[in-house]
Amino acid sequence: MNAINKAKNATNAFAKNWANFVIKFKWPVLIFTILLATGLASQGKMQFDGDYHVFFSESNPELEAFDALQEKYTKDDNVIVVLAPKNGDIFTKENLMAIEELTAEAWNTPYSSRVDAVTNFQHTSAQGDDLYVDDLSYESVSKTDAEILEIKEKALKEPLLVHRIINETGSVTAINITVKLPGVDSATEIPEVTIATREMITNFKEKHPEFEVYTTGLVPLNTAFFEAAQRDLMLTMVMLLIVIGVTLILTRNIFATIATLFVVLFSIMSAVGFLGLNNIKLTPPSSVFPTMILTLAVADSIHILITFLQKVRKDGMEKKEALVESMRLNFMPVFITSLTTVIGFLTLNFGDVPPFWDLGNIVAFGMTMAFLFSTTTLPALMAIFPIWKKKKSAEAAQEKMGWYTNLGTFVVARPIQLTLISTGIIAILTFLATKNVFNDEFVEYFDNSVQFRTDSDFVNDNLTGFYNVEFSVGSGESGGINNPTYLQKLNAFEDWMEEQPEVVHVNAFSEVARRVNRSMHGDNETYYRVPTNREEAAQYLLLYELSLPFGLDLNNQINVDKSESRVTATLENISSAEMIAFSNRAEQWLKDNAPEPMHAIGVSPTMMFSKLGFRQAESMFNGNIVALILISLVLMIALRNFKLGLLSIIPNVTPVLVGFGFWYLFKGTINTGMVIVFGMTLGIIVDDTVHFMSKFLRARRELGYDARAAIIYAFETVGKALVTTTLVLLAGFIVLSTSSFALNSYMARITVIIILAALIIDFFLLPSLLILISREKSEKTVTRAPQVQTN
Amino acid sequence: MKTIRLFLVASIALHASFISAQTAEERGLQIAKAAEKADEGWGSSSVDLKMVLKNKNGQTSQRFLSNSFLELTEDGDKSLIVFDSPKDVKGTATLTFTHKVGSDDQWLYLPSIKRVKRISSNNKSGPFVGSEFAYEDLSSQEVEKYAYKFIKAEGDLLYVEQDPVDPKSGYTRRIAVYNKDKGYRLEKMDFYDRKNSLLKTLTYEDYKLYKNKYWRALTLNMVNHQTNKETLLTFSDYNFAAALSDENFTEVALKRAGK
Repeated sequence: MNAINKAKNATNAFAKNWANFVIKFKWPVLIFTILLATGLASQGKMQFDGDYHVFFSESNPELEAFDALQEKYTKDDNVIVVLAPKNGDIFTKENLMAIEELTAEAWNTPYSSRVDAVTNFQHTSAQGDDLYVDDLSYESVSKTDAEILEIKEKALKEPLLVHRIINETGSVTAINITVKLPGVDSATEIPEVTIATREMITNFKEKHPEFEVYTTGLVPLNTAFFEAAQRDLMLTMVMLLIVIGVTLILTRNIFATIATLFVVLFSIMSAVGFLGLNNIKLTPPSSVFPTMILTLAVADSIHILITFLQKVRKDGMEKKEALVESMRLNFMPVFITSLTTVIGFLTLNFGDVPPFWDLGNIVAFGMTMAFLFSTTTLPALMAIFPIWKKKKSAEAAQEKMGWYTNLGTFVVARPIQLTLISTGIIAILTFLATKNVFNDEFVEYFDNSVQFRTDSDFVNDNLTGFYNVEFSVGSGESGGINNPTYLQKLNAFEDWMEEQPEVVHVNAFSEVARRVNRSMHGDNETYYRVPTNREEAAQYLLLYELSLPFGLDLNNQINVDKSESRVTATLENISSAEMIAFSNRAEQWLKDNAPEPMHAIGVSPTMMFSKLGFRQAESMFNGNIVALILISLVLMIALRNFKLGLLSIIPNVTPVLVGFGFWYLFKGTINTGMVIVFGMTLGIIVDDTVHFMSKFLRARRELGYDARAAIIYAFETVGKALVTTTLVLLAGFIVLSTSSFALNSYMARITVIIILAALIIDFFLLPSLLILISREKSEKTVTRAPQVQTN
Repeated sequence: MKTIRLFLVASIALHASFISAQTAEERGLQIAKAAEKADEGWGSSSVDLKMVLKNKNGQTSQRFLSNSFLELTEDGDKSLIVFDSPKDVKGTATLTFTHKVGSDDQWLYLPSIKRVKRISSNNKSGPFVGSEFAYEDLSSQEVEKYAYKFIKAEGDLLYVEQDPVDPKSGYTRRIAVYNKDKGYRLEKMDFYDRKNSLLKTLTYEDYKLYKNKYWRALTLNMVNHQTNKETLLTFSDYNFAAALSDENFTEVALKRAGK
């Protein structure tokens, strides 16, 4: 006890000296912190990265598999421009002319290598030994009605077009622009493509109002990520206004508000400097950092300011004296809460999703700086600003105090009952929490306010799917794709895929083999099957290769030494779990029906996202354990009590379980963004526990209260503070929950539930547990009935 | 001082107007015609070549072909290409009649079905058997197929822009570098795609002079700057003594060549 008192005295002395120092050298301290913040900010750079690859770490197995596939075949991205003529028929002279015109224009897209449209489709027809290869509709202006009808019939029969470039009825068509991004700087390359295509579409719409135009594809996806990041960054402004409002209401002091504003802005400026120094490019998940820092940093300042103003207003202390006292009282709690928040955010590095590493590190740095500025800039500024004493607030506070006392009295009267009820509720919600399923459909990351989402939905509903799975099916020998056995198996795999309910379109080399075989036999439909002779197949392939148009080569579908070919299944909008199930089924089919070299695994960006949530959860698990251990240790040290440190795990862990339990009732599916909330919120909600327990212990140790009285004391002293910080946190995360980007908005929504749950648990379950575990002790000691109980 | 400057300006202007007496277009066309003229009269030739395709990761694949050409002056040249490897396409052969105006005629012989197929296609911008060479790069270079514009001269090297006449061409323009001193042979060619970005560069190396008049590059290297793929053509010695005639460039000859 002596040693503890010494330690406590030491920290008190340290905090006092710190405060005295800051107040004595207020101007140098202020100038130094201004220089520090602006100096860091001068290193700052706000860059954005929209490339969907940023979501995957280099060691991500799905990314590795997809990269391996892209190494074998042509690697490219695309923009799909979908046209829906208002007359509901693509095949009119005017509409075909418009398509041709837009196709020609689309060739000017930066980095484009190929433009595919219904008009420039290479149609092959055979008459005897003469083969005619031509654009399906070249110079449509010269076509007669009969010719256009013929074009329509050909197009709607073409497996390479239907469900890819046109729909079954011929009322919607796509122009697919393939781009080869150099990949040097996605932050400039992607916007270049986007700006060009948007301008092209705007011009087209002006000239052809008879078309509805929709845009989707990988480049628009990247752009949507890019723009989501920029939009979410703008939420900072809203949060800033809330911070000003909240501080004004709570402190009722304009100078205190200005000082708080300085602290939070300096923290954000420092974080921006951190971005620049570490060359971090912002992504949607990491772009919420200013809002998070604002939300979390404002609590530090408010704690210090409220105590300071109380000392001045209620206790009538002098400004300097009150500042030192406030710093003495708050230095340790603010330090501990900052430390736990930093630990919580740093554990995001355990995850498998790089944007969340960035988020964790930026916020951790920002919070460290917030602690520094709250204990330097803030007291220095308050020492400089004048203070006006007011007395009227005392009574209002008194009334509230009564409310918290009543709550305390209520709780201590029925600890067993409350423990059982909360345990029951928590148990039910925990059970429900386990029923959540992962779902990372990246189109659904964007809500309906984002055009990419609504456009992609239209394309999904009316033309083709956005999601796909690719298989690189090997033959086991160089040139083996021409082996008739391989072709037959591949054909069977293609047929099997076509039968699957979730499949919209299949692109396989066996289709090419069938088509060329038919052409070589004067378009005789009975030859629409794979060749039965290897030389024949090889020579047909050569012929096919000779007929490919500009920007296309076999490498789109066949690897360089012709030992493997790629099968692409386009899927309808299905959930991640269904996607994985489909891919597993396809892999199993190959295992069951094809020789070993043909076994392949399903890969694609879709698959990468499908498994991202699992990966993140798996890798975050260790991070969560580490966070829990570290934070419990901090608590044990801070409270100087092992048992209570252990007990704190309950109120720290259960809010997350409750959060996910409610989430199951609300939504039922969780995405990658939500996986981080355990580590993240742990560092935040632990503050409630720390404050409550430390006041409880103080009452027990210093005031000699029994457990019940100590609980009531804790309610009276920190009840209001906890409600206040919870409200600030809720405000911040509610702002974030308005994000149009689901990784952020879902994360924020569940955090709102968790923070609320944490407060409720700290008000009901925690005190009940504290009474229950203190029972044996309290029987021994004399129960002191504190006066408050008789209130 | 002032008068001297005036004099200078005047003389430079005079000099400039003297050069531009001929427009850049005229000069470009003149160079193209001079190059055609310089290479006239070779009659026929045959050559074996190795084609090495290299993708961005350095993986390569090879093909061996034999090629024969017949020079025609009133219309485009005729050419016959026979694939010698890989094994499963051995004997596959193509016969092409280049036309100065309109689409080329092409026949293909497939030994596996022992048939000649006539292919009618006005698609010249597509790649030749997976290489970085398009048909339009390999087919005989007729003056009529381009509009010309002289750009600059650097010593003996003449830079001429060539704009394809065919709207289906994959290019907006090509920048050809002629070597005036070496019978207007080509040293380098840059290809600009439809959006006018640099797509490919072809370099001509290992030139050999035949019959004291005809320059033939024995190494052609085409580099695609957008895909980082490359195609290297390595030629054996040209044979100008074969004395081939129209008879060697018929469907029957195609079948015979293929076998």
